[in-house]
Amino acid sequence: MNNEAMLHDATHASHHDHGHEHHEQHFITKYIFSQDHKMIAKQFLITGIIWAVIGALMSVFFRLQLGFPDKTFPIMEKFLGEWAKGGKLNPEFYYALVTMHGTILVFFVLTAGLSGTFSNLLIPLQVGARDMASPFMNMLSYWFFFTASVFMFISLFIETGPASGGWTTYPPLSALKEASMGSGLGMDLWLTSMALFVVSSLLGGLNYIATVLNMRTTGMTMTRMPLTIWAFFFTAVLGVLSFPVLLSGFVLLIFDRNFGTSFYLSEIFIGGRALPNVGGSAILYQHLFWFLGHPEVYIIMLPGMGMASEILSNNSRKPIFGYLAMVISLIGITVLAFLVWAHHMFVTGMSPFLGSIFVLLTLLIAVPSAVKVFNWLTTIWKGNLRFTVGMLFALGFVSLFISGGLTGIFLGNSALDIHLHDTYFVVAHFHIVMGVSAFFGMFAGIYHWFPKMFGRFMNNTLGYIHFFITIIGAYLIFWPMHYEGVAGMPRRYYDFSAWQSFNSFQGLNAFISVVTIIVFFAQILFVVNFFVSIFRGKKVTTQNPWSSPTLEWTTPIHPGHGNWDGPIPTVYRWAYDYKDNGEGGDFIAQNVPLKEGEEAH
Amino acid sequence: MSVFILITLVVIVFGIIYQIAKASEYAAVLNGEEKVKQQTNKLMASLLVAFFLLGMYGIVKCHTALMKHMIPESASVEGVGFDSMFTTTLIVTGIVFVITQTLLFWFVYKYQSRPGSKAAFISHNNKLELIWTTIPAIVMAGLVVIGLKNWITITSPAPKDAQIVEVVGKQFNWLIRYPGKDGVLGKRDFRKISDENNVLGLDWNDKDNKDDIISQNGELHIVVNKPVKLIIGSRDVIHDVGLPHFRMKMDAVPGIATTIWFTPRYTTAEMKVKTNNPDFVYEISCDQMCGKGHYSMRGTVIVETQAEHDAWLAKQQSYWDVNNAPATPAADTAAVASTTMNN
Ligand code: HEM
Ligand SMILES: [Cu+2]
Ligand SMILES: [Cu+2]
Repeated sequence: MNNEAMLHDATHASHHDHGHEHHEQHFITKYIFSQDHKMIAKQFLITGIIWAVIGALMSVFFRLQLGFPDKTFPIMEKFLGEWAKGGKLNPEFYYALVTMHGTILVFFVLTAGLSGTFSNLLIPLQVGARDMASPFMNMLSYWFFFTASVFMFISLFIETGPASGGWTTYPPLSALKEASMGSGLGMDLWLTSMALFVVSSLLGGLNYIATVLNMRTTGMTMTRMPLTIWAFFFTAVLGVLSFPVLLSGFVLLIFDRNFGTSFYLSEIFIGGRALPNVGGSAILYQHLFWFLGHPEVYIIMLPGMGMASEILSNNSRKPIFGYLAMVISLIGITVLAFLVWAHHMFVTGMSPFLGSIFVLLTLLIAVPSAVKVFNWLTTIWKGNLRFTVGMLFALGFVSLFISGGLTGIFLGNSALDIHLHDTYFVVAHFHIVMGVSAFFGMFAGIYHWFPKMFGRFMNNTLGYIHFFITIIGAYLIFWPMHYEGVAGMPRRYYDFSAWQSFNSFQGLNAFISVVTIIVFFAQILFVVNFFVSIFRGKKVTTQNPWSSPTLEWTTPIHPGHGNWDGPIPTVYRWAYDYKDNGEGGDFIAQNVPLKEGEEAH
Repeated sequence: MSVFILITLVVIVFGIIYQIAKASEYAAVLNGEEKVKQQTNKLMASLLVAFFLLGMYGIVKCHTALMKHMIPESASVEGVGFDSMFTTTLIVTGIVFVITQTLLFWFVYKYQSRPGSKAAFISHNNKLELIWTTIPAIVMAGLVVIGLKNWITITSPAPKDAQIVEVVGKQFNWLIRYPGKDGVLGKRDFRKISDENNVLGLDWNDKDNKDDIISQNGELHIVVNKPVKLIIGSRDVIHDVGLPHFRMKMDAVPGIATTIWFTPRYTTAEMKVKTNNPDFVYEISCDQMCGKGHYSMRGTVIVETQAEHDAWLAKQQSYWDVNNAPATPAADTAAVASTTMNN
């Protein structure tokens, strides 16, 4: 649908409003099968939050095992039943929990919950469109995600348990029912769920791309777009180009599991017999997986980068520093993200020469990443900093991105990775940079755009408490893990007691687990704040509470479907005009025409 | 019941925190929003700086507390390059870390909004941006050069005189095969595997197999100062031979043989002295998720002198003999050991 057609719908709707006759939209079309991008954004967000709580709770359970391997926790039996008989996790289920934690957080929370929420909410609002290019596809995107969620959720309750081969589900482990309990029905459900998830991502991504390219309002040239939009755009590009490869990897896996093919299987003796499969390569799957897997980490990272840029600039009352460099570095990251996947596979026995190429390309990606960091620093430099909760999370985002990005430089160098691979060093690296940092981007976005979503503010005091507990906790949890990793401590171990080289970290593991529990409750505080504020939060009374130049704040406080009551505003300037407006204000909105003699940026 | 009480407790605590937070918002309204906003802003700037300072202190504390749990310096000649390269990278990234984090929190404090303060309008600076793009690029190039130098050393073909040992992973233990007197590992065929009498599927038509020795207790015996080349394989799923003390690691993939080689520098006995730990052992960890017993897939490496190694080797019976020789008492125990190890 083009903007004009939608305008018809929208003016139609607003006509009713003006006439004060309540044209009640049906509950189902308004809240469930909604085609309004803002409602779909909320659906993604709330589904994401529910998943995040489940995923985080899982981590509490397995951290209890890691921290206190010789104790029992009867309360776990209440939650997990047979799987934690006598209050002790069984190893099989420990691995299932780790696998589900990874899958849920990476895909359901930080991909769907993050891009799904903010691309949906912000793309039409910030480029000046009534809705997505295809609202119907957008609705489908959510419902595919929902269906994927249902399958994944069901897999938690089946007798053989959910998939348990790690979130990367490498065959042959994931391909052979004999290899582990989770490779049975649980794995089938995992694959079904993930296939649906890929469809959801593609529907969403294509829509975002189409909307950014085609639906911008008059005057909104590409270089006038806020960096959030650039970030969402490249996120979608990454997804659209890499998810199909993942899907093909999954399809081959489904064939190997069910139809006797040998794409990934060769020369295997398991369960007391030799399998007939020969000629396949288990490594092929890893190539297909990481061809998505690496771009995926940037799919998770870019939205946070975009939102942090926006929020930092807004709360510094100062333009983003080096807008063009920011866009170019996004392009650089996007292109390079496709060319580094094999850095996850340095020790699979790949050709050393190929390894060298991937070292080079991997360390190259540190350059645009560094540029972004410097630009954020110079954005707040000489600013007039306003520490809203969103701003704190954006600052935390930068701090964490630095910390986690730097450890990537160790891992990207194959000669170092040979020792660090699959140790807690990797766990620390990706949790800081992708786990926590991306979450900080997401929190920043939620606190900042909550007023736009619900017409109310979240509680600030709770927000501040949430921020400080989370950032302190995150560093306390993940910083020491680097040391464990350097000592060679492998990840995905259920118990280290028998290992002389690693069991001296037992005290540290217990400490980490305790902090995990505290941080978990801080997140519950956030969830409570979120849901209570939807209904009870302080009401937004001004149209533009953060004094932001971007278009979403030109809509009514409670925008209807169609976003603007009247015509869509025309854009005359870039998104970062934080300068004196001549009337005592410190910014000029994008829809304000240039003054006489004023030059566009 | 206890769950119920716990949940109630949590709910109550949250309720209280929420009420306090709510009250503080109302107080803000009463005291005049602007003033409270300014106070909060100041408080947050200070808290962020406090967080930074405590964090830097914490990093030092963490370092001193954990360094004593570190594994000792590289026990392989090839791993020495790892250690020095790790230190170099640590210094480079450490400098960047300190500079950027300091700037971040310093700016937070310095440029906090104060009554009457204003932001400067600065949108870009091409020269500055060029500089900070070039410098990281050069630094990265430096790290790549060091890295590739080491990478080429590690991945170069093993020296001709290297001892050859095969390490095969299976759920959930390591099978280790020595080539015997002929120095050649005979052919294997996964179709010939039998947990009773042919754990690696040795092809008995290949005479090279007749003297091969298989140890099923996960002990890898190698000789100090003599390069050893590991031929790595797997019977079932992907495993990974992790040798943290030697800074080495390689996946064990079914159907594909991978290799690594290295030269041990210290015997196990020497390490016991060096680490002041009379129980010291080199451990082989499985570093690739392989199923429910992944965490228990432990092997050990015994680094010994050539003389000790020869003596040990002389006592080993070839796998063929273990299974086919008239039952001597020694063979019996080995066979029993092999069946108990199989699951
Ligand atoms: C300076 C940039 C970065 C470099 C050079 C880098 C390098 C690497 C390398 C080489 C690995 C593989 C380590 C191993 O398994 O042995 C790795 C793992 C990982 N990285 Fe990064 N990384 C960088 C930034 C990021 C960012 C920005 C994210 C996320 C947003 C990220 C997320 C991950 C994840 C999730 C893994 C682990 C996947 C797994 O094995 O489960 N990295 N990184
Ligand atoms: Cu990667
Ligand atoms: Cu394993």
